[in-house]
Amino acid sequence: MNAINNAAGFLARADTLSTPVWAASTRAAGRAALATYGLPTRRAEAFKYTDLAPVTQAAFGAEGQALALPALPAMRGHARLVFVDGVLRGDLSNLPPRPLSDAAGLLGSLAHATQPLAAMNAALFEDGLFLDVPAGEDAGLIELVSVVTGAMGPIAFHPRHVLRLGQGARLTLLDTSDGVAGLGYLHNPVFEISLGEGAEMAHVRIQREGRAAFHLSSVHTAIAARATYDNFTLNAGGRLARNEIHASLDGPHAMCHMNGAQLVGDGQHADTTTDLHHAAPDCGSRQTYKTVLAGRSRGVFQGKILVSRAAQRTDGYQMNQALLLSETSEMDSKPQLEIYADDVKCSHGATVGALDAAQLFYLRSRGIPQEQARSMLVEAFLTEAVDGVGDDACRTALSEAVAGWWVGERSTAPLAGRA
Amino acid sequence: MVAVTETIEAVQSVAEGGYKWGFETDIEMEFAPKGLNEDIVRFISAKKNEPAWLLEWRLKAFAHWKTMVEPEWPAVNYPKIDYQDAYYYAAPKYKVAPKSLDEVDPELLRTYAKLGIPLREQAILAGVEGAGDSPAEGRMPIAVDAVFDSVSVSTSYKERLAKDGIIFCPISEAVQEHPELVRQYLGSVVPPGDNYFAALNSAVFTDGSFVYIPKGVKCPMELSTYFRINAKSTGQFERTLIIADAGSKVSYLEGCTAPMRDENQLHAAVVELVLMDDATIKYSTVQNWYPGDAEGRGGIYNFVTKRAACRGARSKVSWTQVETGSAITWKYPSCILLGDDSVGEFYSVAITNNRQQADTGTKMWHIGARTKSTIVSKGISAGRGQNTYRGLVKISPKAVGARNFTQCDSLLIGDECGAHTVPYIENRCMTAKVEHEATTSRIAEDQLFYCRQRGLTQEEAVGLIVNGFCREVLKELPMEFAVEAQKLLAISLEGSVG
Repeated sequence: MNAINNAAGFLARADTLSTPVWAASTRAAGRAALATYGLPTRRAEAFKYTDLAPVTQAAFGAEGQALALPALPAMRGHARLVFVDGVLRGDLSNLPPRPLSDAAGLLGSLAHATQPLAAMNAALFEDGLFLDVPAGEDAGLIELVSVVTGAMGPIAFHPRHVLRLGQGARLTLLDTSDGVAGLGYLHNPVFEISLGEGAEMAHVRIQREGRAAFHLSSVHTAIAARATYDNFTLNAGGRLARNEIHASLDGPHAMCHMNGAQLVGDGQHADTTTDLHHAAPDCGSRQTYKTVLAGRSRGVFQGKILVSRAAQRTDGYQMNQALLLSETSEMDSKPQLEIYADDVKCSHGATVGALDAAQLFYLRSRGIPQEQARSMLVEAFLTEAVDGVGDDACRTALSEAVAGWWVGERSTAPLAGRA
Repeated sequence: MVAVTETIEAVQSVAEGGYKWGFETDIEMEFAPKGLNEDIVRFISAKKNEPAWLLEWRLKAFAHWKTMVEPEWPAVNYPKIDYQDAYYYAAPKYKVAPKSLDEVDPELLRTYAKLGIPLREQAILAGVEGAGDSPAEGRMPIAVDAVFDSVSVSTSYKERLAKDGIIFCPISEAVQEHPELVRQYLGSVVPPGDNYFAALNSAVFTDGSFVYIPKGVKCPMELSTYFRINAKSTGQFERTLIIADAGSKVSYLEGCTAPMRDENQLHAAVVELVLMDDATIKYSTVQNWYPGDAEGRGGIYNFVTKRAACRGARSKVSWTQVETGSAITWKYPSCILLGDDSVGEFYSVAITNNRQQADTGTKMWHIGARTKSTIVSKGISAGRGQNTYRGLVKISPKAVGARNFTQCDSLLIGDECGAHTVPYIENRCMTAKVEHEATTSRIAEDQLFYCRQRGLTQEEAVGLIVNGFCREVLKELPMEFAVEAQKLLAISLEGSVG
C-alpha cells in the first residue's frame, strides 16, 4: 500500500456522497480502483507525457448551486441540455432528459474502472444525462452545454453521460465545455455511448475551458455492425487538458472516425489519447489530429489501434500532425499499432515541425508580409482539420472557436517569427 | 564425434525444417562453477589477468545490478531467468595461441567449415603465422576476430592493420596492451548502470572485440567478428568497443550462428561506438541464433544494448541489422547525435517465425545542431511470431534544424502472428522536422499469383516477395552479408506458408 494515496482528497469527497442502488456497483468499482491505485503518475505508460500532479495537488471545494449565471453559448439547434457547475439545469434546458437511473443496465458497462479517469468519475459522479434514441429515429442536433459560474471557488465535477442509439437511429451531439478564466476547477466528464446496428452518431466536442482549469474527459463507445461513430474534438482550453477516446468496433462493417485539433497556447498542456479496438471483420477507421503549439506549451498525441485476430480485412488509418510556432513548445507523439490479424491494411503517419519555409517564401515573394503569411498558413492548417465535419451548424461553431483562439493567441503572444 | 552425432539426431528429431547450423562442437571447456556472485566476478577478472581498476569497475556494476529489476516493458514473454543456474565463464582450452594448423583443435576447424564462415583459409582464422598476407584478387579483404564461446580464439590480419596503426583485437587483449584507451572509453557510451542487462554484462563480460581507428585512417578492409555460443548453459556476455578517431572510417560486420539447444540461453552483449569529428562507422549485423523449435523451446534470449555516441561534428554512424534468429530479440541500437551535423542511420529487418518474439528498434537522440537521422525498419511476422518495432526520436531544444525520417513497415504471413509498432516522438525544437510513417499489410494475392503463374513454388514466391520488401535494408549491407542475409530470410520463413 502506498503511504499516501494521491487521490486522498477525491476519496474523502467520495465518502460524503450518497449512492442510489442502481449506481452502487459502478460507484464501488470506481472507488475501489481509486483507493487502490490512486491517480496515475508519469510512471504509468498511458500517462508518460501527461503529469496529473497539478490535479492531485489541487484542493477543490464542495459543489453547490450558484446564483449568478454565466452567458451561455449561442444556440445552434433546437434542443439543448445545460449543465451549470456539473449539475443539470432543467430551467435552462428545453429537452426533458431521461433520468440517469434509467440507464442502469448500460451505466458502467463501457467505461471500466481499469481506466483511471473513468474510475475517478465513477467514484464521484453526481449528475449526468441519459439520452436514448429509439430504433429508426433521427434525433437531429442536440446540444450539451457545460458552463461554470466560478461563484463557488474552484470545484471539481464529474458528470456521467450515457447515450444509447437503437438500431438505425441517428444523432448529432454538439458538446461544448466553457469555463471562466483564472479559476482552477476540474471538469471530468465521462461518456458511455452504445450504438446499435446501423446507427449513426456525430459527436462534436468543443473544449474551451478557462486557461487555469483542468479538463480530463473520456469517451467510451461501442459500435455495432454497420454503425458509424464520428467524433471531432477541439481541445483548446484548460491549463491541463486530456481528451481520451476509447472506441470498439464490435460488428462487421462498422466505421469509426476520430478527428480533432488541439490549440495549445502559452502555459497550456493538451493531450489527446485515442484507443481504438478493431474487434470485428470488415471495419474501417480514420483518424486525423492536428496540433498547433505556441508560447511555452506542450502537446501530446497518443493513438493506439488494436486489431484482434478476428478483425480480418480491417482498414485503419491514422495521421497526426503538429505545428510548432515557438522555440519553447514541445510535441510528444506516440502512434501505436498492435495487430494480430494478417489480412489488414493499417498505416499511421506523424509529422512535427515548423511552418514550411517554402510555403512562407511563396507567400512572401507575392508581397504578403511575414506575419500575415504565417497567419495564413496556420489558419490553412487548422481549416483543413475542421473542414471534414459534416454538420453545418457544428462546423460553424468549430470554425468560430478556432478563429477565436487564433485571434487571442496572436494578440497576447505575437509570434516570435523565424522563417 | 559422439556429441556431434547425437546433436544431429536431436536436430532432426526436434526441428521440423531443421536448423542448418545446429550442431555442437566437442571441445573441452574450462568452466567457472555455475551461479553468479562476487566470487565469479573476481574469478573472471583474475582469469583475464585484469588490472585492479577493471575489477573494481566490474564489482561496482555487479553491486548495481543486484539493486535493479528485470525490465518487463518489452512486448515479450519468457519464463523467469534463473541467473544462478548458468555458467558465466567458459573458454576453449588453449594455453597459448596456435603457431600452426596442427596445433588447432580439428573440432574447431570442422566447426568453422560447417558454419561456412567466409574465411578463405582456416589457417588465417586460427592465427597461423604468415597466412593471409595477400588478399585474394577482386575481393574486399575481411579481417576476422572469431569469438568462440567467450574467448577470441584468433585474430587475423592483425599485422596488416597494424601498419595503419589500427588496433583490432579481443577486448581482453586490449585491456592488457592498451589499458589507457580501454579505461577512457569503456562504459562511456553505455554506463554500467544503464539498464539491467548492461549492468549484468559489465559485471561478467568475458570477451568481445576492441577496435581503434587512428586519426584520418580509412580502414583498408571490413572488420568482422563471428560470435558463436557453444558450450551448454553458458551465457555470452560480449563487450565490443569501437573508437573511430577524427576523420577515420571503418566498416564492422558481426554475424552469429549457434548450435541446437534444449535450454534457453541468455546473451546480453554490449556494443559501444565512439565517433570523433568526421568519423564514420558502419556496423552491420546478421543474427541467426537458434530460434527454438516450432514450439519455441530452447531458443536464445538475445538481450543486447548497442549504442553509438557521435561526439564529433559531421560524424556518421550507420546500424544495419538482419535479425532472423533467437527465441527473443530485445535490442535497440541507438545513436546519440551530439556533434553538430552528425548523422545516425538505422536499417533493420527482423523476422519472427514459429514462436519467436522480437522487440527491436532504435533511439535517435538529436542534441547537436542540424543532426540528421533515418530509420527504416522492416518487420516480418509468420507462424505465431510476435514482432514489435519500438523506437524513440528525441529532439533537444538545441538541435536546430534537425531532421528525422522514420519508416516502419510490417508484413504479416499467417493469421496467428502479430505485428506491432510503438514509436515515440518527442520534439522540443521548433526548427526541427520529424516525419514518421508506418504500414502493416500482408503479401498480396496478386503478387503471389503472378509469381506462381511463372513457375515459382509458393515458398520461392514468398521468398522473392519478402526479399523485395526488405530490399531497402539489404542494400545497406556489405556484399558478402547481403548474399547470406537473402538466403537467411528464405530459410527463416520455411514452413510458414502452405
